[in-house]
Amino acid sequence: MCAKQVKKVEREVPTTGHTWDGIQEFDNPMPRWWVWVFYACIVWGIGYTIAYPAWPLINGHTQGIYGSTERANVEADIKAFDDANAPIKAKLVAADLASIPSNDELKTFAVSAGASIFKNNCAQCHGSGAAGVQGKGYPNLLDNDWLWGGDMEAIHTTITHGIRNTTDPDARLSEMPKFGADGILEKDQINQVVEHVLAISGQEHDATLAAAGVTVFAENCAACHGPEGKGDRTLGAPNLTDAIWLYGGDRATLTYTVTNARYGVMPAWNTRLSEDEIRAVATYVHSLGGGE
Amino acid sequence: MWDYVKLVVYGVIAVLAAIGANYAHDPAYMVNALVVMLAAAIAFVYELRHVGEVRVHPANEYMDGVVRAGVIATTFWGVVGFLVGVVIAFQLAFPSLNLGNVTDGVLNFGRLRPLHTSAVIFAFGGNGLIMSAFYVVQRTSGTRLWGGNLGWFVFWGWQLMIVLAATSYVLGGTQSREYAETVWYIDWWIVVVWLAFLAAFVGTLVNRKEPHIYVANWFYLSFIITIAMLHVVNNLQVPVSIFSSQSVSVFSGVQDAMVQWWYGHNAVGFFLTAGFLGMMYYFVPKQAERPVYSYKLSIIHFWALIFLYIWAGPHHLHYTALPEWASTLGMVMSIILWMPSWGGMINGLMTLSGAWDKLRTDPIIRMMVISIGFYGMSTFEGPMMSIKAVNSLSHYTDWTIGHVHSGALGWNGMITFGALYFLTPRLWNRESLYSLKLVSWHFWLATIGIILYASSMWVTGIMEGLMWREVDANGFLVNAFADTVAAKFPMYVVRGTGGLMYLAGGLIMTYNLWMTVRAQPAKAVVNANNAVPAE
Repeated sequence: MCAKQVKKVEREVPTTGHTWDGIQEFDNPMPRWWVWVFYACIVWGIGYTIAYPAWPLINGHTQGIYGSTERANVEADIKAFDDANAPIKAKLVAADLASIPSNDELKTFAVSAGASIFKNNCAQCHGSGAAGVQGKGYPNLLDNDWLWGGDMEAIHTTITHGIRNTTDPDARLSEMPKFGADGILEKDQINQVVEHVLAISGQEHDATLAAAGVTVFAENCAACHGPEGKGDRTLGAPNLTDAIWLYGGDRATLTYTVTNARYGVMPAWNTRLSEDEIRAVATYVHSLGGGE
Repeated sequence: MWDYVKLVVYGVIAVLAAIGANYAHDPAYMVNALVVMLAAAIAFVYELRHVGEVRVHPANEYMDGVVRAGVIATTFWGVVGFLVGVVIAFQLAFPSLNLGNVTDGVLNFGRLRPLHTSAVIFAFGGNGLIMSAFYVVQRTSGTRLWGGNLGWFVFWGWQLMIVLAATSYVLGGTQSREYAETVWYIDWWIVVVWLAFLAAFVGTLVNRKEPHIYVANWFYLSFIITIAMLHVVNNLQVPVSIFSSQSVSVFSGVQDAMVQWWYGHNAVGFFLTAGFLGMMYYFVPKQAERPVYSYKLSIIHFWALIFLYIWAGPHHLHYTALPEWASTLGMVMSIILWMPSWGGMINGLMTLSGAWDKLRTDPIIRMMVISIGFYGMSTFEGPMMSIKAVNSLSHYTDWTIGHVHSGALGWNGMITFGALYFLTPRLWNRESLYSLKLVSWHFWLATIGIILYASSMWVTGIMEGLMWREVDANGFLVNAFADTVAAKFPMYVVRGTGGLMYLAGGLIMTYNLWMTVRAQPAKAVVNANNAVPAE
């Protein structure tokens, strides 16, 4: 240790002779390894710019001796998968919709393709696990409760045209009146019908008010939700007797819903997804557990 | 006479700002105009109370008042910037902290994020650079800062810029250009202040008593000149109205993106690298009391760094609409930049050879060494991440955030802390710092904080990069974006914790510097450090 230190002092190089505020500079050479790595990087850089598109010219740029381009590479990658998937996609489009879930080959492909499409297009509202957003009007797709129908045909139509959007004339359409906001029902009538809905959904309720609500319900709600409140899929009217709620089934939320109505919108996907993609994602949703 | 001219100017500015506030199209403009009005009013009252006073600028004394103010501002904005950083880190982990329902979006991540970046880069880093440049150029030129009160104009002008920027960000005033969010009229003000900074710096260099210009000043000068150029070109905007904070860039599409990242990368290259290398080249040899390792290396790595950095911007736009040739050049220049960057690290570390024992006894040296270490690490990581194949994994992920913070917290932060610890006893003429033990605490809190920050971001960055690109046998993506967000949660908490430790270190430093000024005995020889040496 001691000897080493002595040696170091002996080898101390001179300074450049400048002094600034007491700071001096040694006249050490640049470290050899540093210089050589620097040179190596420059040489590599020159080589790389010869090999790949790099230098701008008057009209265009050097193409690089490999002639490969990023765009061509990624296009080739995508094309390879597209080519490989083309035959089964054609089969998927040609198949009878209802038969897809029972066809093992088609189902396997469609579920894996559909899962990917779902996660990139549908998950924003329905959640990446398809459980929807409870109480916010984004339906859970994992259960067997369907607003507009849960067989392949119905799911396919819903995805293709969407719900209550303004872009697709074939979109599924129905509209609940704003019973309170538009003055169709009086405040106490709304309270009565809410108690009735609480009653038929098996919740704690005021029996007197609920009894009075029976008439209100029959006159105003039964047309869509059915006389027993079991809903109607042709109108997208939810079943009010189960414990599944799109926006919530407590007294306050029900009062809000009856007063102001709800108008859940889903875009039409036929402008963004191809037929094979719509069929794939329909199969995926069908496969999640509630498919009919 | 001159005093009355100033009074009139301040008065006119206050009135014009009031008119501007009245006609404002948007809240950001209105509040900014009110801030200007208030600032002009304060300046007016100050001037009124000092009319006719004779102000002396003794040529035989360094102008240290503005440096002292700079030390205070650097410390203050540092703590503010770290605090906002901690807040937004936890907002990412716990989105309810955005308080969207309470504050109507004013404290959203999207508004606080530019507040954080501008506070740490331009308020903390900028004040640190300006005050240290003023200190270093005077000491190494052996002459007083040029331009009379120009230094004070730069100081207060910069603080005004910071307040304007901060108030406009939270009210939605932004150009949406990363690290250049400040709206058009603040950009114009930055140009004025920056040219004054350049004038004061160059004026002092011209008056120098040393035959040569010290290497630290090369770096400071290159930083000041290049930032002026980058700032002007990147902020070529046409205002929508003279009473609006909104403006439209003169560039469009990919050209606009390229100009932005030409600026953006060189904000890193010249603001956060060249400028701070200037700091390093003065404070490390001073604190170590050793000569700089190699004069030759400093020349070569300086010019190589200056030449190469300006090309590296396109590596921020790999695999985008940017033409491939530009992207290739950006990548190649970034890799060649590796060694020139490391030249500074070698010169800094090797300056300590013969003084390594000080690492045991001097926590300030330890801080400077770890700073140089982080500099070396992030200037290796940067070129590596600029390689297209690596970038295709790392781009848009938290890896980038980790990379930036190992550089910003490790290199910029630590070297600035070292400079603050060096300067405070000297500027306030104190025997020593209040407590070296607290410096040690600061060192360890900050170091462990950075390690937690950087490693958590490596983990989550690489994880999300892999999750994004994962495809099944048929070429279909496996993960939803939301899956990657959910998977990152634990690492976000670790990152926030690291930031909290870094903030705690900053608070300890503030206390230590405060107590140094308040409670430490004054040096026996008054002004020994403050006198310009005789010819």
